[in-house]
Amino acid sequence: MGELLIGLYVFVLAIFVGFEIITKIPPTLHTPLMSGANAISGITVLGALQAARAGSTELSSLLAFGAIVLASINVVGGFLVTDRMLAMFSGKKKKNK
Amino acid sequence: MVSANVIALLYLLSAVLFIFGLKGLTGIRSARRGNALAALAMLLAGITTLVDIGKADYRWIVAGLVIGGGIGAYVALKIAMTAMPEMVALFNGFGGGASALVALSVISLAILEGGEPLGASASISGFVSVLIGGITLTGSLVAFAKLSGKLGGAPIILPGRHWINGFLVLTTLGAAIYFLLSSGADATALVTSFLVATALSLALGVLLVIPIGGADMPVVISLLNSLSGLAAASTGFVLSNNLLIIGGALVGASGLILTQIMCGAMNRTLPNVLFAGFGGVSAASDSRDYQNITSYGPEEAAMVLESAMSVIIVPGYGLAVAQAQHAARELGDLLEARGAKVAYAIHPVAGRMPGHMNVLLADADVPYEKLFEMSAINSEFKTTDVVLVVGANDVVNPAAETDPQSPIAGMPILKCYEAQTVLMIKRSLSPGFAGIKNALFENDNTMMIFGDAKVVLQGLLAELKELGTA
Repeated sequence: MGELLIGLYVFVLAIFVGFEIITKIPPTLHTPLMSGANAISGITVLGALQAARAGSTELSSLLAFGAIVLASINVVGGFLVTDRMLAMFSGKKKKNK
Repeated sequence: MVSANVIALLYLLSAVLFIFGLKGLTGIRSARRGNALAALAMLLAGITTLVDIGKADYRWIVAGLVIGGGIGAYVALKIAMTAMPEMVALFNGFGGGASALVALSVISLAILEGGEPLGASASISGFVSVLIGGITLTGSLVAFAKLSGKLGGAPIILPGRHWINGFLVLTTLGAAIYFLLSSGADATALVTSFLVATALSLALGVLLVIPIGGADMPVVISLLNSLSGLAAASTGFVLSNNLLIIGGALVGASGLILTQIMCGAMNRTLPNVLFAGFGGVSAASDSRDYQNITSYGPEEAAMVLESAMSVIIVPGYGLAVAQAQHAARELGDLLEARGAKVAYAIHPVAGRMPGHMNVLLADADVPYEKLFEMSAINSEFKTTDVVLVVGANDVVNPAAETDPQSPIAGMPILKCYEAQTVLMIKRSLSPGFAGIKNALFENDNTMMIFGDAKVVLQGLLAELKELGTA
């Protein structure tokens, strides 16, 4: 089985896992789900890191650099803002208020 | 150098942690831990990749991570909860843009810089990444501009837009086919076809989102969320990286489910949302269409609230715009202190993105036990004394049930009209995003209170407190 096919297997099965889990997420948490999904879509940073390894000033490295910046905005920003929201939901009163 | 098998196993561990993280989000108590697990998975994956790369020039990598991470952290900590839709829209675009850039980088290395030539499957998936990523990027930027008010919420409809879009799609496909078939062609031709396709996908993103009206934003933002995941997955195909494929697929599935839920909550199909140019000005009604409107001030409304034993608060986008969530919670608390039963009813498409109202009310410390979904609370309106509608319109419009000709016919609504009294706080009689008249305003049991949601709620609070001490 070629790499493309293995990838397809993984993709289709992961979609099903996603459907199974995400339909169980309550509507109250749909906004944190979306910002969390933003963070997970930043997984593409792995590809950006691989592409950037040449470290040259060739076009490919510059493009990869741009990808690293965008993807890490998503990863860091996505997880942090999701945590901020979920902290509100967990019912704890905000400290300085 | 760590062996490829160890790397692959560490990626598998990350994938498992991602799935457990998402599972955590199925419960409010476990959600925060779930998010932390997913973050841990990402950290593990990142470190694994750095180990896999081994010796390399780290200057660009570190610079990129620091700049991106810094911007992300700053935005995440500063952003107001009312602005979440804009932020998610922007991040959708960044995700799509990043995946497209990775694919472009790989292709540039292969074609322009004398790297190993790409195989057929990498070429195809590279093309797909760039197309989906490009559409996601510009589409999200337009959505961001609309959500943040930099661009009007009304649909912008170009003449013959379906022809333009069709032309763009066909040209893009043509460029794609040329690129894929011309393995022996010179680099210039390959690069040209690729650049043409990239530019067209960027244009398509803009053209697809500008005709979509503000009320349909929950659908668009969910769909773009899904696309940002699919772009990452197809980049995973380019690099034969299974973790990218899994992460992208999870995000893709999540966005698709939300898209489906949002469409269902408006009784519309996805093609209808995307292509109908819904919510135009043509059907708009204004105050002249209304008779029998009874307008009241906060004093009269406070008297009605004073004697109410059960109150349901229905928040809408107007509440978000006026930043009135804290005032709404204070009013709810006061009514409860006076012995009334208070609940909050949330329509799935209230606000600008899925779950937006829940976040705003949580921001104002409303306990989530008091937030009810439409299906859970719709049978309660009959036995409720007062419904307080704050800045919502189409989602409480009985025309959805009574008028089969209405553009929103069949859309599930909150059955506010069944309550004893409806207090409707609105800025004016202007129509909601569907651009239609709301029959609820004219009902005998409806009291309209005109004004900014926050100002009116604060007025109600003051009046109620006065009544309490008198």
